[in-house]
Parts: sequence; C-alpha cells; structure tokens
Amino acid sequence: MKNLEDLEKKINSELTTKINKTEIKHHQIYLETDKDDLIDICLFLKTNNDTKFRQLIDITVVDYPERNNRFDVVYLFLSHEFNQRLVLKYSISENEVIPSLTSIFPSANWMEREVFDMYGVSFKDHPDLRRILTDYGFEGHPLRKDFPLTGHSEVRYSEDEKKVISEPVKLEQNFRNFDYESPWEGTKYIKQEIDSNDKKN
Amino acid sequence: MTKKIKNLNLNFGPQHPAAHGVLRLILELDGEIVEKADPHIGLLHRGTEKLIENKTYMQAVPYFDRLDYVAPMNQEHAFALAIEKILNIDVPIRAQYIRVIFCEIGRILSHILNVTTQAMDVGALTPTLWGFEEREKLMGFYERVSGSRLHANYFRAGGVHQDLPQGLEEDIANFCENFPKIINDLESLLTDNRIFKQRNVDIGVVTKQDALDYSFSGVMIRGSGVPWDLRKSQPYDCYENLEFKVPVGKNGDCYDRYLCRIEEMKESVSIIKQCLLKMEKGPIKSLDGKISPPSKKDIKQSMEALIHHFKLFTEGYRVPKDEIYTAVEAPKGEFGVYLISDGSSKPYKCKIRAPGFSHLQSMDYLIKGHMLADVPAVLGSLDIVFGEVDR
Repeated sequence: MKNLEDLEKKINSELTTKINKTEIKHHQIYLETDKDDLIDICLFLKTNNDTKFRQLIDITVVDYPERNNRFDVVYLFLSHEFNQRLVLKYSISENEVIPSLTSIFPSANWMEREVFDMYGVSFKDHPDLRRILTDYGFEGHPLRKDFPLTGHSEVRYSEDEKKVISEPVKLEQNFRNFDYESPWEGTKYIKQEIDSNDKKN
Repeated sequence: MTKKIKNLNLNFGPQHPAAHGVLRLILELDGEIVEKADPHIGLLHRGTEKLIENKTYMQAVPYFDRLDYVAPMNQEHAFALAIEKILNIDVPIRAQYIRVIFCEIGRILSHILNVTTQAMDVGALTPTLWGFEEREKLMGFYERVSGSRLHANYFRAGGVHQDLPQGLEEDIANFCENFPKIINDLESLLTDNRIFKQRNVDIGVVTKQDALDYSFSGVMIRGSGVPWDLRKSQPYDCYENLEFKVPVGKNGDCYDRYLCRIEEMKESVSIIKQCLLKMEKGPIKSLDGKISPPSKKDIKQSMEALIHHFKLFTEGYRVPKDEIYTAVEAPKGEFGVYLISDGSSKPYKCKIRAPGFSHLQSMDYLIKGHMLADVPAVLGSLDIVFGEVDR
C-alpha cells in the first residue's frame, strides 16, 4: 500500500481482532496488539503483498516499573517496497515469556539476546539465549529503571593478588539528580492543577 | 586404523589488530576452513542508553559522538532530528546545509578509514598512509567548527551550535577540488591490484534475500544490488535539494562493497560542493528562545535572554510526551534513534539502533566455509566500529 491510511485500513480489516489500536503519527504507523498474536501478525506483515515489511529494524523494551504490566515490547519494521515504517507494541508483566521471532527474521537473534540481557525478558524457542553486551558473569539487568546508574560492582587490577578483581562500587559522591523544574510551572501540585483545569475546559 | 580428529577452536581477538577494536571471535576450524564463528561483543559496553536517560537532551548529544567515533556528527544528526520532529520546530536552511556538509565529511572520514584499513588487512600498507593524511585535513575542519577533532558535540535540536568560522568555506571548497585526485590515487593502488582482488572478489557474498533477512543497511545492502539509501528514499534536512547518485553493487562480495564506498566518497564530494554553492547567510539555529540558547551578547543586555540561558543549562528544554523512530543514512548503514519522551527535560527511553550490530551478527553466516585468512577481509568489509556495536 502506497498510502499510510490505506495501509491502516488494510491491517485493520485483515487482522481485525488481533489489533487493539492503530495510530498514524510522524509518517509512521503504530500498532498495539497482544503477546499471543505476535507470530501471526509478523508473518502477515512480512508476506502479504500489500504490506511487505520484510526487514526487522530493531526490537526493544520500555520499562514502566509502576505499572502492573511492567514492560512494553517494541518491534520496528521497514518496508523497502512501499517505503514505510511500522512500530508494533504490546505490554507484558515482569515474568512473562514471549515468543521469539528468530524463525521469521534471522536477525532477531541478537536483538532478542540484547533485550534479554538488558531487561531480563525471556524468549520461547530462541536458539541461543545468552547475555550479549554485559560482562561474563554479570548479574542484574542494567536498563531496568530500578537498576542504579552506577551499577553494583566495579573492576580493578589488584597489585596484591596479581589479577583483576571485582568489588562493590565505592563512590566518593553519589550521582546527583537535581530537580531543576521551574517552581512556577514545573512542580507537581501545579502540574496537577493545570491538568485538571485542562480537563474541565 | 582410524585416526580421531577434532575441530580446532581459535580465539581471534580481543587484542588483534585486524579485529578493528575489541571483538572476541571464537572460530571453530576444520583445518583452515572456518566451520563456525561466534562473536563475543560487549567489551566496550558503556551503557550509553542508560546514561542518556539520566541526562537532559542537550547533555545527551556528546554520547552520540562516542558511538561510531569515526563519523561522530552523523549520529548527532539522528538524535537532533528525533527531538526536532517531536518538538515540531523548523531548522533554518543554512543550518541544514552546514549539517549536510559535515555529515558528508563524516562519510568520507569513515569510508577512507574503512577502505584503507581493509587494504591493510589484506596486505597493502601504502593506502593507509595516503588516506590518513586526508583524514587529518577533514578532522581539522571538525576542529575548526566545533573545537575538537573527534567528539564534536556540534549539532543541536534546531540547528548547529555555531556558525562556520571565517575562511572555512573556502578551505572545504579547496579540499573538494583536490580530494578526487587522492581517491584516484587510492584506486590506482587497489582497484585493479591483483592481490587485492584475489583477497576480496567472491569473498563474503551476500544475496539480496539474506541482506533483507539479516537487517542489513547502507553499503552492505547496496553492495548486494538493492538501491536503498535513506538520503534518497526518506530525505531529511536538505537532501531533497541536492543531486547525487546511489552506487549499487552487483555481486554482493567484499570487492563490490569496496567499489561502492569509493563511489560514495566521490558523490559526497559533489554533495559538499553543491551545499557550498547553495548556502546563503542566515541564522544557524532555531530562533525559538525556549530551545536555542541566546548569544553571549544578548545575555549581557537582555534579562529574558539571561533567564533563558540559565533555564536551558540547568533544567534544559522540555519535550512533550511522544514517541518516535528516526533514522539517518550513516556511513555504515541505517543509524536510528527510538526516542520516548515523557514531558520532562530528560528522555524516558532512547534506544539506539546501530547498523554494525546487525552486520556483525551475520558473521557466522558470512564466514562459514571460508578460509581462516578471509576472516579479516570479511570483517573489514562489514565496516565494524565497536563504539556503536557495544554502545
């Protein structure tokens, strides 16, 4: 489909109940779906002659620790034929296992490994689910919002033991997160007031 | 009598000059034939995405220089475009031309490095010496415009940090006059060189279908005959007003990719020339005082400018709640930024899509069945830089 609106209609009519929400913004189409329909949707997007999203650009996760369904899993697709981009999204809870796309897109392999490494989300039927970016023997998932910016351990060469050792992080000063928000437009209670006024209007 | 033979496991890197950085490649060898390659990456992982989440939008720009450190400004460009699209601000036309000039300089920087080091990996030393002399000049331009040779921190949402200093335009124009001769010299050393061809032709062949399946982009996909260039297909900034060709390979081997890179450098020179001709005087950053910092002169005279300055460098500008994926054609392929803003002055999430990550992933598929000596040749033509692969 040359046109994004046509594409949106096509996807909605073909996949009907599998799509929860569609939206067009910034010349891209954003879809929301459920975990169980992922494989069907990806197969359709890849093979259908009107979509042809034949390239998987990236997979990532967004962490919202305050939500029940903590993670948003995001897939970015590209169609060379129609010159379009598509963003597919669904949310999962912390310990859910999600289907792997490696059988449809071989390049999903490392992308899923990265997601597993950074967020601790597991994939079903992944051929080789190991950590990828962090150190051998690393613990924790660094891109989760509750992982501290400075990490838990630091590595140095010990002259006494003549080898590289890992120790808990010791800092002279912690990373400081200043609150610079304008007192007259940024603080929480004023923001809430502005929001409620907007709703009334 | 039967003899038991076992495949040999070989560690290639992480300290190996032909590994182009800190790659640990575990190769399973049957004699001299590679059976399996397992790249271990992450030795240069710095947690860029995590750091960006904790910095304001303006403070996050320098992290993009440190990804693909041979073409820093191309990556700043992707980040700047993402913010601009969410904020919905216009970039003055002069700033667009300046950005394109420096993106193309970045492309030449990266391609010189790649072409010449690939030649060195297969045994030719001279191209590196000739090429690096030119890189030195280009980095001189970087320094004159931003103050540093590598980590420029020059692009801003809404334009660039400063206008070009006096005389730089002429010097870049002079460079554009002389550089094609250097490309020809490099070509005379390599293109018809018997050894270079023996080492590169029909090595690491990528078919069209595999290029799609493995998420290739940039030269890796064009070398296989797919005419896909984001500067043409999804033009950003002023690329629409410029004329250039997209070189496409035929066989998808290392040699075709080398030829593509050489042709792209020639196109880049022509783009820079066009920009220099079309560029006119004018503002170089957005005139919106809530996003671009005021000039030093204004701060001395205007109270409002002083307040803006203070707010921009403490709190930073706030970006409304939204999400966006923007990509640019970096020298190595599609470099993308998936940005989620939450209305505050710091990004909620900034996923960086590095081309080298998906290219290196296909190492196993590319090298299977090749000889051990082909590993550096294939690795060289993938154009890997660990700053962006490990992030």
